[in-house]
Amino acid sequence: MMLYIVIAFLWWSILLYLLMGGADYGAGILELLTREGNRAGLKKTAYRAIGPIWEANHMWLIIAVVIIFVGFPDVYSLVSVHLHIPLTIMLMGIIARGTAFTFRNYDAVHDSWHRLYDRIYMYSSFITPMFLGIIAATAISGRIDTDATDFPSGYILNWFNWFPLSVGLFTVCLCGSLAAIFLAGEVPGSDEKWRFIRKAKQMNGLATLFMVLLFVSASLQGIPLFRWLFGNVISLIADVIAAASLAMTWYMIYQSRVKTSRFYAGLMVMSLLISVSYPHFPNIVLLKNGGSLSILDHAAPSATINALGIALLAGSVFILPALVYLIWSFAKKRSVVDEDH
Amino acid sequence: MDDFLAARSQMALSLGFHIIFSCIGMVMPFFMAVSHYLWLRTGNENYKNVTKAWSKGVAIFFATGAVSGTVLSFELGLLWPTFMKHAGPIFGMPFSLEGTAFFIEAIALGFYLYGWDKFNRWFHWLTGVMVGITGIASGILVVAANSWMNSPSGFDFVNGQYLNIDPMKAMFNQGWFSQALHMCIAAFAATGFAVAGIHALMMLRKQNVGFHKASFKISAVFAIVAAFLQPLSGDISAKFVAKSQPAKLAAMEAHFKTDTHVPLIIGGIPDTKKQEVNYAIKLPGVLSWMITGDPAKPVTGLDRILVKDQPPVAVTHYAFQIMVGLGMMMMAIGAIGLAAFFKWRQWLHQPWFLKLFIAATPAGFIAVEAGWTVTEVGRQPWIINGVMRTADAVTPMPGIQYSFYLFTAVYVTLSIVVVFLLKRQIQMVPVIYDKPQLNPAL
Ligand code: HDD
Ligand code: HEM
Ligand code: HEM
Repeated sequence: MMLYIVIAFLWWSILLYLLMGGADYGAGILELLTREGNRAGLKKTAYRAIGPIWEANHMWLIIAVVIIFVGFPDVYSLVSVHLHIPLTIMLMGIIARGTAFTFRNYDAVHDSWHRLYDRIYMYSSFITPMFLGIIAATAISGRIDTDATDFPSGYILNWFNWFPLSVGLFTVCLCGSLAAIFLAGEVPGSDEKWRFIRKAKQMNGLATLFMVLLFVSASLQGIPLFRWLFGNVISLIADVIAAASLAMTWYMIYQSRVKTSRFYAGLMVMSLLISVSYPHFPNIVLLKNGGSLSILDHAAPSATINALGIALLAGSVFILPALVYLIWSFAKKRSVVDEDH
Repeated sequence: MDDFLAARSQMALSLGFHIIFSCIGMVMPFFMAVSHYLWLRTGNENYKNVTKAWSKGVAIFFATGAVSGTVLSFELGLLWPTFMKHAGPIFGMPFSLEGTAFFIEAIALGFYLYGWDKFNRWFHWLTGVMVGITGIASGILVVAANSWMNSPSGFDFVNGQYLNIDPMKAMFNQGWFSQALHMCIAAFAATGFAVAGIHALMMLRKQNVGFHKASFKISAVFAIVAAFLQPLSGDISAKFVAKSQPAKLAAMEAHFKTDTHVPLIIGGIPDTKKQEVNYAIKLPGVLSWMITGDPAKPVTGLDRILVKDQPPVAVTHYAFQIMVGLGMMMMAIGAIGLAAFFKWRQWLHQPWFLKLFIAATPAGFIAVEAGWTVTEVGRQPWIINGVMRTADAVTPMPGIQYSFYLFTAVYVTLSIVVVFLLKRQIQMVPVIYDKPQLNPAL
C-alpha cells in the first residue's frame, strides 16, 4: 500500500516538474527564439512572473531524485551508471541555468556582463529539458545494455540515437509552449499577449513535427510506442483527453480566456504522461537484453518504503498549503501592481 | 589520474564547494533576521539597508547552493552507484525529510526576497526566520546522513547482505548529535568571521561607516559566540571519534603506538615509515586524559589497525591541526572582540582591531574544509565505516577524470563569478544606499 503512495508521489513530482520546471525552462527557450530587440520585455515579464517561485519549481526534481534513490536504489544506480554522460550534461545545464538566472537578476551593476548571463541562461534553458527528455526516453527505449563490453555501446549509443533525441526536442517544445501560454496570461497589453500566443503556436507546431519524428524513429528502432499509446484502454482515454485539452486550450485562447487555457494545457501534459507511463508500468527501465526494472519488484525494503511514505505525506501537509499560498499571493499582488502601471 | 582517484577528487570538490554555500545559506538568514528586527524596532535606515544588501547576497548564494546541492544528489549515484544501491534505503530517511525542509526553505525565500512592502511587516520578517530555521534543519539532517557513514547503524550486515533495515535508527546513529552540533556551530563561526571581516575592511576604508558598522556588529557577535562554543563541541566530537573510529583518531593525532600516558601532539611532521612524528610539541599524557579522563589510560594507536584498514595519516593529521589551530585563533580573536564590545569600545574604530578581523575573514571556512577533510579522509579506506570499502563503491564507467576536469572548470569559474558579483554588490553600497547616516554612533 505504502509503496503505491510512494509511487504516486514520484509520478506527481515528475508531472509537476514537467509543468512548473518546464514552464520555467520554457521562458528561457522563448527568449532564445525571440529577436534581440524584444528580449528585454520578455525578460522582465518572465522575471516578474517566475521570480518568487522559481526555486520552488525546481524542488520537484530533487524530490523525485530523493524518492528514487531512497525507494528504488536499483533503478537509481543502474541509470546513474549507464546514463552517466547525459546526466552530467543535464547537471551542467542545471548549474548554468540556475546561476545565470540569479546572476542576471541580482548583479548590482548593469553592463556587458549581462549579455553573457543572458546567453548562458538561454542556452542552458534549452539543453536541460532536452537532456531530461533524452534520459526519460532512453530509460524506456530498451537500449540500455548492461552486458556491453565496449565504451560506446555501454555509455553512448544507448542515448545517442534518434528516438531519445526527438523526445528531447519534443520536451523542449512542450516547455516552450507551456511557458508561452503561462506568460500570455501575465502581461497586461494585448500586443504583448499576442506575441506570446504566436510563440505558443509556433511551439505547438514544432512539437507536432517532433512528435512525427518521434514516432518514425520509434518504429525504425523497434520501440512499440504505437502499441503503448494506442493499444490499451487507459492510454486511449488519456490520448482522447489530451487531444481534447489541446483543442480546449486554443479555444480558450481565442476566447481571450488565457488563464483558463493554462488549466487545459496542464491537463494535456498530465494526460500525455499517463498515456506513456501506464502501458509499461510497473517497468520503468527497459534493458537491451529484454530484462526490465519494475518499480514494484525493485523497491527498497518495506521499512524504508513506509518511512519514506510517511515522510512524504507529512511533508506535503506543510508544503502544499505554503506553496499554494505563495503562488496565490504573488498572483494577486501582481495584478495589483499591473493596475498601478 | 585513475578513475577511482578522479571519482574521489570530484566528490571532494563538489562537497567542498557546496559546503561553503550551505554554511552561508544556513546562517545568513539569521543575520538578516536580526538586522531586519532592529530596523523594524528602531526605524534606523542603516539596518534596513544592511538587510536589503544582505538579502541580495543571500539570493546569489542560495541559488548557487541549490544547484550545487542538486548536482550532489545526482553525483552520489554517478560516482558511487554501488554505495547508493545498498546505502540509499538505509540512510535515506534524513534525505527524504530534507526534501521537505528544502521545499519550505525555497517557498519562504520566495516570500522573503520578493515580499518587501507587499505583506504584513512581521509576516515578512517571519518568512526570513523560516528560511534560517529550515536551512539549519536541512544541515542537521544531511550531516546525520554523513555521520551514518562514520558510525553505521540501523541494519544487520550478514554475508554481504543488508538486512533488518531500520531507517529511524540509521538516522539517529550514535554520531548524529555530536557531528550536527559541531557542524552548525562551525557554520555560524565561518560565516560570521567571513562577513565581519568584509565589513571590517570597508570600515577601515571609511566607506559608509554607519552601514558597515551595523553589519559588522551583528556578524561579529554571532562569530564570537560560535568561536567560544566550537572547541567545546569539538571535544565532544573527538571523544565520539575515539569510541567509534579509533583509526581516524589515531590518524588525526598521528598516534602510531598504542600506549598509556599518550601525549597530545601539536603540529609536527608525521613519518609513516619510521612511525614517529618529528618537530612536534608533545604535551605528555594529555591525549589520554582528554579521551578517557585519565592520563594513565591507553589510547589505541595505528599499530592495532590492519595496514589495509588505515587511513592516510599525513593528510588527516595536517587537516586536524589546521582546524584546531584556526579554532584556537578564532577564539582568541573572539576574546579581543568581547573586550571591545563590553569594555574598550574605542577599539572598534582602531585599525589594528579591524585588521585582526580582516585577517580572520577566511579562517572559519578554511577550518570547515579542513574539518571535513578530517572526517572524510580519516574514514578511508571505508565509505561505510567497517562495512563497505570506497574502492568497491565506485562507478564502473571509465574516463571519470574527464568528468572531474569538467566539474573543476565549472566550479572554479563559478567561484570566481560569485566573488566578482559579491565585490560588485559591495561596491554598489554607496550608490544604492547613499542615505545620510542618521546615527553614525550606532
Ligand atoms: C569553523 C570551523 C571549525 C572549527 C574552528 C573547529 N572545527 Fe572541528 N570540524 C568542523 C569545523 C570546525 C567541521 C567542518 O564542521 C567538521 C567536519 C565534520 C563535522 O561534523 O564537523 C569538523 C569535524 C571535527 C572532528 C571529526 C568528527 C568526525 O569525524 O566525526 C573532530 C574530532 C573535531 N572537528 C574537533 C575539533 C576540535 C577539537 C576543535 C577545536 C578548536 C575544532 N574541531 C574546531
Ligand atoms: C552529508 C554529507 C556528506 C556525504 C553524504 C558525503 C559522502 C561522501 C562520499 C560518498 C565520498 C566518497 C567516498 C569516500 O572517499 O569516502 C566522500 C568523500 C569525500 N568527501 Fe564527503 N560527504 C559529505 C560531506 C562532505 C563535506 C561537506 C566535505 C567538505 C569538504 C566532504 C569532503 C570529502 C572529501 C575530502 C572526500 C574524499 C576523501 C577521500 O577519498 O580520501 N564530504 N564523501
Ligand atoms: C555536510 C554537508 C552538507 C550540509 C551542511 C548541507 C546543507 C545544505 C543547506 C543548508 C542547503 C540549503 C541551500 C542554501 O541555503 O544555500 C543545502 C542545499 C542543498 N543540498 Fe546540501 N548540505 C550538505 C551536503 C549535501 C549532500 C551530500 C547532498 C546530496 C545528496 C546535498 C543536497 C542538497 C540539495 C539538493 C540542496 C538544494 C536544495 C535547496 O535549494 O534548498 N547536500 N544543503
